[in-house]
Amino acid sequence: MEKDKNFVLGIFDDEDVLSQAVRQIRKAGIKIHEVYSPYPVHGLDEELGYRRSRLPIAAFLFGLLGTILALTMQFYMMKFDWPMIIGGKNFAPIPTFIPVTFELTVLLSAFGMVGVFMITNNLKPWGQPRIFDIRSTDDKHVMAIDLASNAALGKEKIVEVLKTVGATEVNNKNFED
Amino acid sequence: MAQATQYNLDQKFEFTDAVRKMILIVGGIGLLFFIAGIAVEMFGGHGHADDGDHAYHWSQRLFANLWINNVYFTGLAIIGVFFFAIQYAASAGWSAPLVKVMISFGHWLPIAGVLMIVTFFVASHDLFHWTHSDIYDKSDSHYDAIIDGKGAFFYWPLEKGSFPIFYIVRMVLFFGFWVFFFNKLKTLSEQEDLHGGTQYWFRLRSWSAIFLVFFAVSSSVSAWDWVMSIDTHWFSTLFGWYVFASWFVAGLAALTLVTIFLKEQGYLEMVNENHIHDLGKYVFAFSIFWTYIWFSQFLLIYYANIPEEAVYFVERLESDVYGGFIIVNLVLNFFLPFLVLMTRDSKRHSVFLKLMCTLILFGHWLDFFLMVQPGTLGQNGGLGLMEIGLLLVYASAFSIVMLTNLAKGNLIAKNHPMLEESYHHHI
Repeated sequence: MEKDKNFVLGIFDDEDVLSQAVRQIRKAGIKIHEVYSPYPVHGLDEELGYRRSRLPIAAFLFGLLGTILALTMQFYMMKFDWPMIIGGKNFAPIPTFIPVTFELTVLLSAFGMVGVFMITNNLKPWGQPRIFDIRSTDDKHVMAIDLASNAALGKEKIVEVLKTVGATEVNNKNFED
Repeated sequence: MAQATQYNLDQKFEFTDAVRKMILIVGGIGLLFFIAGIAVEMFGGHGHADDGDHAYHWSQRLFANLWINNVYFTGLAIIGVFFFAIQYAASAGWSAPLVKVMISFGHWLPIAGVLMIVTFFVASHDLFHWTHSDIYDKSDSHYDAIIDGKGAFFYWPLEKGSFPIFYIVRMVLFFGFWVFFFNKLKTLSEQEDLHGGTQYWFRLRSWSAIFLVFFAVSSSVSAWDWVMSIDTHWFSTLFGWYVFASWFVAGLAALTLVTIFLKEQGYLEMVNENHIHDLGKYVFAFSIFWTYIWFSQFLLIYYANIPEEAVYFVERLESDVYGGFIIVNLVLNFFLPFLVLMTRDSKRHSVFLKLMCTLILFGHWLDFFLMVQPGTLGQNGGLGLMEIGLLLVYASAFSIVMLTNLAKGNLIAKNHPMLEESYHHHI
């Protein structure tokens, strides 16, 4: 079976039931592809065993880039390209560089974070996000289980487990075409 | 999850002899340093007299030190009450188990008030240039038109150069109201413990809001009075914020340290790493806020380069005594907290927080040292035995007063309506 194509969806009404279900399903040895919920469920990422987001690292690196860019730009302009005497200061008055440096640091770290987030979550303009169940934007929690990565268990077993842990519906979803 | 959570809500902090002994030893070492410092000043080299008519006397350094610690520890105390009031005014739920720790800082306020007023009456001429009456006398050679123009702020409605009644009244009023609000909030919180019910929470919120309005004005004016008026000619429009920011970071660092200490002693088991993380975020965020204020003040003065404004930084940066401490101040209060407390892990593990909060507490004391000493002692000041000694003496006195009073009441606001919410605080 091909990976990332055939899914079983468990639909949950309640976040507490969902959290318990995630724990039990992982205990039963079933790998969960992803859980989609209309709002952030506290503690769900820990139940799912996600590693911590590396977005802060991206933010720091982009911020550092902004700092370096701002300082080099101002140094180059004020010291080498077109030195000007402003307010009787030296050609490279470092304190006056700080506001611009601060702004560029914040700007690049914010834009960098948003960009990285968009790309890694397939929300880029040229990307096509897959929708498992449109109700996950309204009032249902949707748990997607990839059949290919749980081939050893078989579909019937997965459906059975999903029903016992409290899924209100169990559906199929194929992304064949 | 809707499972019932069982915590011991009736726990009381026990101020054990071991802890008291340790604090007293620190205070004792401080006292030794302090006495040694005085001896060095008395019998050691004589300072150079900067301004001809006042020969330097060792007692001036003692008074300057008393003033630094009076202002600094008053700040720690009032920030405890302020942060308590913030929690109620903002309907904060996460901090519910910590409110008693916050309010306990306020027990230092009455002592701080007495110390402040006594120090002022004993040492006003050594601390505040504006208290000399000859600068208001047009016929005197010391007449100072700028200070004369500001004189009404200290002496109104009396004659300038007489008794600074307006100044004293403000000092008494601020301490009076701060102690009043502290008592009011503390009493309401204690009544809530006894009787329960949400009406106390609503009353606490109203009183907190009133206190915050009063504090917004009084913290600024007290900063002008107690700190900025030392450099009487000079002024800065954001000085009130600057002092407040320094107080706030120091207070938050102290609160974090006390919370970690209580947890290590086995209390406050409902306070988990999420609450500690939030405290760490406060310390981190307001360290940056302090830097923002400090730098705003510096940059405008640097850029405009008007002599009567720039003198404040010239006095500090160009001085052999204080120049280096400006850098230490920025490193301790900005670069270290910024870089160390940036990551999530460092805010969730008490090792980093304990180290950083201790450094920040010292860093902000150093900030007040840099505000007070150059204007009072000039080149005769410095960071010596006397400074370190008196800081330790004040710190241990503050800790003993705070912990003794913390031990008297409940450690947890057991009928706080948001306790359950705070158990599930998760970030």
